[in-house]
Amino acid sequence: MSDLTEPVTPLLELRGVTKIYGSGDAEMKALAGVNLSIYPGEFVAVMGASGSGKSTCMNILGCLDTPSAGHYLFQGIDVGALSRNQRALLRRHYLGFVFQGFNLLNRTSALENVELPLIYRGTAAETRHRLAREALQAVGLSDREGHTPGELSGGQQQRVAIARAIVTGPKLLLADEPTGNLDSARSLEIMALLTAFNRDKGITVVMVTHEPDMAAYARRVVLFKDGLIANDQPQAGAIPC
Amino acid sequence: MLGNAFVLALRELRRNVMRSILTMLGIIIGVSAVITLVTLGGGATQQVTEQIASLGSNLLMVTVGKRMGPGQTSGAAAFKVADAEAIMREIPGLAAVAPVAMGSTTAIYANENWSTNVTGSTEAFFPVSNQQLGLGRLFSSSEARVGSAVCVLGQTVATKLFGAQNPLNNRIRLRKLSCVVIGLLKSKGQSSMGSDQDDLIVVPLRTYQRRIAGNQEVNMIKVSVNDGVDTELVKSDLERVMRSRRHLAANEDNNFTVLDMKEIAAMLSTTTRTMTSLLSAVGAVSLLVGGIGIMNIMLVSVTERTREIGIRLAIGALEREVLLQFLVEAVVLSSLGGLIGIALALVGSVALSGLLEVPFVFQADIVLVAFLFSASVGVVFGYFPARKAAQLDPIDALRHE
Repeated sequence: MSDLTEPVTPLLELRGVTKIYGSGDAEMKALAGVNLSIYPGEFVAVMGASGSGKSTCMNILGCLDTPSAGHYLFQGIDVGALSRNQRALLRRHYLGFVFQGFNLLNRTSALENVELPLIYRGTAAETRHRLAREALQAVGLSDREGHTPGELSGGQQQRVAIARAIVTGPKLLLADEPTGNLDSARSLEIMALLTAFNRDKGITVVMVTHEPDMAAYARRVVLFKDGLIANDQPQAGAIPC
Repeated sequence: MLGNAFVLALRELRRNVMRSILTMLGIIIGVSAVITLVTLGGGATQQVTEQIASLGSNLLMVTVGKRMGPGQTSGAAAFKVADAEAIMREIPGLAAVAPVAMGSTTAIYANENWSTNVTGSTEAFFPVSNQQLGLGRLFSSSEARVGSAVCVLGQTVATKLFGAQNPLNNRIRLRKLSCVVIGLLKSKGQSSMGSDQDDLIVVPLRTYQRRIAGNQEVNMIKVSVNDGVDTELVKSDLERVMRSRRHLAANEDNNFTVLDMKEIAAMLSTTTRTMTSLLSAVGAVSLLVGGIGIMNIMLVSVTERTREIGIRLAIGALEREVLLQFLVEAVVLSSLGGLIGIALALVGSVALSGLLEVPFVFQADIVLVAFLFSASVGVVFGYFPARKAAQLDPIDALRHE
């Protein structure tokens, strides 16, 4: 009942966010006052040419970077005002990352890779093993838990990375070109997983991508151009999985 | 948090066995080198001390000529048997006095010959020189007085001339003298100066003077002092007696030298102590080099692991958690390296001391110092690269190839 009357607060909110790199003549404005609100449960694709500011925006959304001006509110908290450690704790408890280059620890088994965020959370060993196994099962790699990244294909590595990102049950999953290093069949598997976690677990997904095919899975596409949002619209015909 | 750091650090070390071994290698070499060298040095010092004690600690030697420096003496008239008798008679507190004449001579038995030191002395020579009888008998005072053709052999001479055969009651030839072997001395081994103390033949002084040297000279007078008697006092008495017997005027320097074995002992200990400090210095340098090796590996390791650090930071690791992980890795590596180094050093010291015939003396303090040094090197040199790593910007770290 209350859901109908009270406005839903955004999970993420960018208010006039500016990001400037360098200083003086070398000054470069990566973001020029971006306003963006993303609500819980959304699946947003962020698109744009290289240098359009989308990566900078992702770094700020991921609490890896802070705005030069303006405010980034995560669940109403002004991230720009937080210390480095507080931002790390925010990432630890609410965020999951999936990178283009997988970024798994080398020579480390899939299971231990998935356990890593839980170790930093201080989860007890038994719970940790159970959660990590469940996450690997969710991405269909139960039989590969002892394999190191070197022994896994690119698609499998990215699935391990997704398991690592969702094992903590994050509020927000940030995927930076998750299919950029994969062929189209593997890409479809990855997109199926992201859509499933978004739909079934209610994890908000923000995904940067170059490929319109992948963006087609999102229910909202945000297009960056020259440090500003050029287009932001829902996609009625998002591909359901 | 410390528990987590341990889990993470041990996982990393297990995964990178090669890197871990390389890091430890510096510590292992440094620690084992310094411990081995100092232990051997300590053993050598102890050996010298023991050997000096075996020379007879209450021993004074009067030699002909003034000592001009190491191994050099000015020429002067030799002593006579009467000098030794006068010393025994005039100075109180002496246990025994042995006049000694010696020279290098070839000893011949059957087809074997061996160039050795032939010493002519009285029966007092044996107790004064701390030479003990192994087999047979020593010559008696009457044999010494009349100058019998008898001799007592050191182990080396006996082995060279007789091999496994029993030398007793066989005749050996020393120049024109043919003498009967009546006794065999116990082995004393090498002296602290490196000379073989078993390479000697002892004959009665009178026999030596008449049949081998062909003169009445005595080169050295060995004096042993009763327990509890001040050797300094005896030394000045000796100088007084010898000066008057050699008719030296008040303004003349001594033309003889009185050596106190205690002084020689002190001199030798100083020498071995110098050697030990030198060895310790060499060991310290290797420890330092090992430390620099650790520092390099740690720095390289952090650079190589930049991406990993980026991943950890992105996932939500705190700066201090990354720092702690690297620190724990460094501490574990250097402690483990230190322990392996200690084990290696102990094995090496035991083996080497056997090889060099130096007693093995365990020195706990140097083991502790080496261990603490290596551990602190690991911590210090592990800390700075780790701090550098922990302070990285996660975005830059992730982009690092």
